[in-house]
Amino acid sequence: MSIDWNGVADVVAAICMLLGAFLAFAAGIGIVRFPDLLARMHAATKPQVLGLILMLVAVGLRVHVWSVVGMLVLVVVFQLLTAPVAAHMVGRAGFRTGKVPHEDLVVDDLTDDQEAALAEEDVAEAAEEERPPSDASPSDTPSSDAPR
Amino acid sequence: MTVVFVVTIALLTVAAGCAIYRAERGPSMLDRTVALDVFTTTIVGAIALEAAYARRATTIPILVVMSLVAFVGSVTVARFAAVEREEEGRIELPPAQGDVDAADDAGLAAAEAAVEPPEGGER
Repeated sequence: MSIDWNGVADVVAAICMLLGAFLAFAAGIGIVRFPDLLARMHAATKPQVLGLILMLVAVGLRVHVWSVVGMLVLVVVFQLLTAPVAAHMVGRAGFRTGKVPHEDLVVDDLTDDQEAALAEEDVAEAAEEERPPSDASPSDTPSSDAPR
Repeated sequence: MTVVFVVTIALLTVAAGCAIYRAERGPSMLDRTVALDVFTTTIVGAIALEAAYARRATTIPILVVMSLVAFVGSVTVARFAAVEREEEGRIELPPAQGDVDAADDAGLAAAEAAVEPPEGGER
């Protein structure tokens, strides 16, 4: 008995393709329906990694050329390296520009740290104001600009 | 096999349409960035689908380029994201405004015209 390996590869490729396209579809729905930036980013991550890997596996199974497989691996490696960086940048910019509703966050370390830093700054400024003015005025200009 | 490809094309088309809708609606620049990321991923999927359907390898280098360009685009926009005032985002029209509609429509058109160029440049 002989198995038609090309047929098996085609069926596996079809399943991978359908799953990958479904993940892209789910991301499209999620990006329209979800309420805020972080939820939309969560939805957008699905086809970026798993969906892309599934669709490129399908391409590799359909196109039997080794150089193509090498390039597909390259695409997946690039995507795995860059997707977290891009998501971090977008999330950070969203947090800094007030796109993240703070009451929805369960853990909010960054706001705590920012408030602690501001309080420290206030204490330092108060300490500097208590010094005699003759001593404070020359040392004030460089030291107050640098740490901020 | 053809049925599978038709279904896949339909799913990818809906995904791309949703991403474009969010890129047009999205209240902030960052929402548009995320939406255009999804759009780019959908395009990559469509190119991969075409390569798998025709069993040819000539379009595969485009996938490498697209995945890198999407990264550079979203990081650039996120790096230069500033605090946007409420009226700079998409103007959401309240339903049934009556006689104020004409003025609001003019404002909407102006806002869309102002938003259009950076989106085109991003891709």
